Amino acid sequence: MRPDDRKYLDSHEWAKLEGDLIVVGITDFAVEELSNGNEGDLVYCDLPDIGREVEQGETFGEIESVKAVSDLNAPVGGEIVEVNSDMMEHLETLADDPWKKGWLIKIKPTDASMDHLLAAEAYEQHITADH
Amino acid sequence: MSDADLKQTDLHEVHVSSGAKMVPFGGWSMPVQYASILDEARRVREHVGLFDLGHMGRLEVTGPDATRFLDSVVTSFVGKIPVGAIRYGLLCAEDGGPLDDLLLYKSSDENVFVVANASNCATVLAWLNDHIGAHDVTITDRSAELAMLALQGPKSQDALQPLVEGKDLSDVGYYKFTFATVCGIPDVRISRTGYTGEDGFELYFPCAESVRVWNALIEAGAEHGLAPIGLGARDTLRLEAGMPLYGHEIDREHNPVEAGLNFGISFKEEKGDWIGRAALAAVKEAPKRKLVGITTEGKRVPREGYLLFDGDREVGHICSGAVSPTINTNIGSAYLPVELAVAGQTIDMDIRGKRQQCVVCDLPFYSRTRK
Repeated sequence: MRPDDRKYLDSHEWAKLEGDLIVVGITDFAVEELSNGNEGDLVYCDLPDIGREVEQGETFGEIESVKAVSDLNAPVGGEIVEVNSDMMEHLETLADDPWKKGWLIKIKPTDASMDHLLAAEAYEQHITADH
Repeated sequence: MSDADLKQTDLHEVHVSSGAKMVPFGGWSMPVQYASILDEARRVREHVGLFDLGHMGRLEVTGPDATRFLDSVVTSFVGKIPVGAIRYGLLCAEDGGPLDDLLLYKSSDENVFVVANASNCATVLAWLNDHIGAHDVTITDRSAELAMLALQGPKSQDALQPLVEGKDLSDVGYYKFTFATVCGIPDVRISRTGYTGEDGFELYFPCAESVRVWNALIEAGAEHGLAPIGLGARDTLRLEAGMPLYGHEIDREHNPVEAGLNFGISFKEEKGDWIGRAALAAVKEAPKRKLVGITTEGKRVPREGYLLFDGDREVGHICSGAVSPTINTNIGSAYLPVELAVAGQTIDMDIRGKRQQCVVCDLPFYSRTRK
């Protein structure tokens, strides 16, 4: 079971409310799909500039492995106020700790509601149904 | 096509239980990787890898006119292939557009074994049958009855030799083949060929023996660093070695002359006329574009379909791309207008809306004999 202190997108991003910000990352399942369990197969991550406004569902960046490129989608709309730029140089962090150290961006949401996102249990069902 | 419609080789269960990730490829469910694609590619360059190629099409062309018939439909000069040798060739339409690329194993003037791509095998079979004309030949599809394995890498001979009875593999030269007993199976076809740019062998034997031979090679090869290798690393290795993949570097719209495959095309009078000859001769006189390699300094990997620009002018697109663990950069293949297809030329690649500068180079990126 994935952490239930946060919500999920079916495209495998997670969103966690911390104070008045929403922290965004990708799930272990996404990392596994991209890298097939080989962290060295992750080659690139493109994150946005601080200050950029994103809409809910908008692509805010890309992550690339040896075999494919995936979009990173914003779980909520708002202003990007922090970016985990260390992570861009240390993609192994994503494989080691996708839930905490591997966070990607923090959004100051225009609306902090996460009701449109999947709860951990529903996300679990989503990835089980897919595979 | 749903997964249920995909064909499986006799090694499917072995792959799945080894932890392979299976993907659809040419109508088959095949292992794309067992471990890291980059590690698998390195293993083949440094040690030896084992590949299941049971998806490939295998045909036998037999009869008094076998050689003459093939010379009327393929680009290479089959009549001049020495007995026991193998040549690369293509099957082209009248306009010079290839239907597939092939390996031709000549046992005699009356027996040629043809290896085709999985996705094109039915097309090749139908095309050959449609063009038999008055030739006295029989074309037999052996794909379903034969396994095909490849051992690739500098330790291939060390790994394979202990399983071979009564034949010194040192006597099998590059692009030559022989028949020998392997794992007690008589008449296994063994060729010194491959699709990685390394030394290695390809084996053909009855598919009922697939699992036994696979396991024997895994066991015998362990001390030489042998491991199974998926299609992901195979694609990287063949791209590094500058070898085309049908559907990427060559297809009906991309002829073998501009792909740099002239070594597999014979315009000799003695070969006689063949389908596509006139069209390809015209291309050879005045090629418009050329297949080249490109490298990028950035982290981004060239991907099939990314567009290439010279300033604002769109000049081509990526045919294949990969992270190259051998030359430690990102590589791709592309057709460029001849005036830009010059080593050292810089061009821009559009990566999902962002421009990245690339440098043109000659193919291959890697050659084991020309380091």
